[in-house]
Amino acid sequence: MWWARLKALIVKELLAALRDPRARLILVGPPIIQLLVFAYAATLEVKNVDLMVLNRDSGHWGRELVQQIGGSPTFRSIGLANSPNEVRLAIDNQQVLAALEIGPSFSRDIEAGRPAEVQVILDGRRSNASQIVSGYLSRIIGALAAETPAGEHAASMAVTVEARNWFNPNLIYQWFMVPNLVASIALLIGLIVTALSVARERELGTFDQLIVSPLRTHEILLGKLIPPMMIGLFHITIYILAAVFVFGVPLRGSLFLLYGSAIFYLAAVVGVGLFISALSMTQQQAILGAFLFMVPAMLLSGFATPIENMPAWLQPVTLVNPLRYFLVIVKGVFLKDLPLAEVARQTVPLCLIAVVTLSSAAWLFRRRLE
Amino acid sequence: MRVKAWSDRGRVGGRRRFVALMRKESYQILRDPSSILIAFVLPMILLFLFGYGVSLDTTRTRIGLVVEEETPLTRDLAASFTASRYFAVTQGRDRREFDDDLVLGRVRGIVVVPATFAADHAAARHPAVQVIVDGSDPNTASFVQNYAQAAAANWERQQSSEGKASPPAIAVEQRFWFNPQLTSRNFLVPGSIAIVMTLVGTLLTSLVVAREWERGTMEAMMATPVTAAELLTGKLLPYFILGVASMTLCVLLAVFLFGVPFRGSVTALYVLSASFLMPALGQGLLISATTKNQFLASQLALISGFLPSFLLSGFLFEINSMPTVIQWITYVVPARYLIPSLQTVFLAGDIWPMFGRAIAVMLTIGSIFFLLAARSTRKRIG
Repeated sequence: MWWARLKALIVKELLAALRDPRARLILVGPPIIQLLVFAYAATLEVKNVDLMVLNRDSGHWGRELVQQIGGSPTFRSIGLANSPNEVRLAIDNQQVLAALEIGPSFSRDIEAGRPAEVQVILDGRRSNASQIVSGYLSRIIGALAAETPAGEHAASMAVTVEARNWFNPNLIYQWFMVPNLVASIALLIGLIVTALSVARERELGTFDQLIVSPLRTHEILLGKLIPPMMIGLFHITIYILAAVFVFGVPLRGSLFLLYGSAIFYLAAVVGVGLFISALSMTQQQAILGAFLFMVPAMLLSGFATPIENMPAWLQPVTLVNPLRYFLVIVKGVFLKDLPLAEVARQTVPLCLIAVVTLSSAAWLFRRRLE
Repeated sequence: MRVKAWSDRGRVGGRRRFVALMRKESYQILRDPSSILIAFVLPMILLFLFGYGVSLDTTRTRIGLVVEEETPLTRDLAASFTASRYFAVTQGRDRREFDDDLVLGRVRGIVVVPATFAADHAAARHPAVQVIVDGSDPNTASFVQNYAQAAAANWERQQSSEGKASPPAIAVEQRFWFNPQLTSRNFLVPGSIAIVMTLVGTLLTSLVVAREWERGTMEAMMATPVTAAELLTGKLLPYFILGVASMTLCVLLAVFLFGVPFRGSVTALYVLSASFLMPALGQGLLISATTKNQFLASQLALISGFLPSFLLSGFLFEINSMPTVIQWITYVVPARYLIPSLQTVFLAGDIWPMFGRAIAVMLTIGSIFFLLAARSTRKRIG
């Protein structure tokens, strides 16, 4: 009996969310476009760099250095400057990210076995990209130094740092980004669908009808909980398929673990959404409330930048963020074959968040009833 | 004679109507707590998040350090890793001790000084240090590599200053202009001001105007003698002022709380922001006029306003590194023009040739949005 009632409510909720063709479009189209655009756009890699060179050296080594830089795929264009002023203008106006200045005695110093010097100027307004470019330039210059007569001995003494990247040997950025997007777009969708569901009914007055129906509070709650979770699981499935078949991200762990934890993640997300919904009186408040939760949740999840970079007093705040845990799971299951124990350790906080938010939402509904 | 009187009255009435309209809109903003929330509370939260929460400065990355054979030389090398301000080092005897930590993300990398290091160094046989990094976060991975390189280079410099090794044949002198400490906050906080203005301009405007369409009050206003131009200006001017006010709040916080240097002029700051608000408000208006529904408007504002300002503007991610097709899309994202200019006003100073281009493009995009919004408003009524 109660199952039939619940089923009717679930069907009604799904219809409410998907009936309007424009709303249907919003729920399906943009998340997929977002996945495609952001997976390609959101990269902290640095490519197609424009560089300016002020070569005051007339000898062989200066030319050689410029040539070697030109041969690197990182650099798109190398402009030749004639004066320091030209370099300054190009950096100021952001026509180039970096400039290299080779002094007049560069080749002479190298031939004479004296330490030669080059100067690299980088745009600190884009300090992340600058740092990466400076790393590239140092490596190219180091390689050239090893070819110089004086450098050969020094190079054989110099410490080589042999880097090996586990889990992602070529450091392909999409292998990082796509699993992140799976988790964060599911957050976006789950939150918006749920936050609006109660607020809209409240604005239309149908929520009171729901309350006076024979449904019990926990049934209403389940009816509001399950449909957004179904929509969320649908999205997660599409993204996992896209991750594997479009972006070629290796799925090394168990799909079962991924789906198992996804259910708890979605329950936590929908719980937060219902809680926001129960607090708001109008749709506008619900939209803003969802937004107010979503932006910090995205920024304090380890998605954009690692949690350990944050100040120590801010890190505990991330503990109430469901995205934080699911990001570890998604990335871990995809790339690292994360063991069951660790997945479980990350799932427990998700359960807690779900229980706390859902029971507070239920309490808020019931309080309204009385 | 009568005609003239009419037009006179019309003009006076026009101004009075306009003032009345402005007053109505202002009351509406002040009375609605959600406007204040978007215009002042949300910007502060965002600024705090970008100031404190989002940091590309990897301070103290946790790594495991394995020295396979203790000699004075390798101990010395290990010390330069422990002393690096970028690493928090846990020492171990065997690499396998850290394998699980790397899987679970407890360390970001493992540095191994192999047993052959001292012998290779003595024989000048290219001594090597192995760095195993967690590639599941490529950005941190490449930073760990760079820092490991720097720690090794530091050690070499020490050796050569003590006369134990020859100096490198080519020394690189690096200078980071405008931001020598490479504080990511210094460019993230100015950039986030653009995102805050997108929120006020696009999200708030589209929500409020869409609500009026939803409730039918927009049609009611259209039925009054108010002209379309008056209606739009009266509606947008208060949001324009709100946008400028929240920008001012952000700049004050950026300078006085986060200590971001401000090297340009206040004039440049306001001219740039005002030019940016044109496309931002225009987009909000266009969204509300085409959707006339709060849910759709908020979603569209997020997807076409907030997320592109965040992801396709060069704020966090380099536009040059994106695929060509996506680079084309970035040309119509107004924040793409504002963010570098804001970063310049804060960190470098007034560079008017750059600002001039940005302002011209932003105003152009703005007028296109307004034209489209005006067209779709008129069409719906007629």
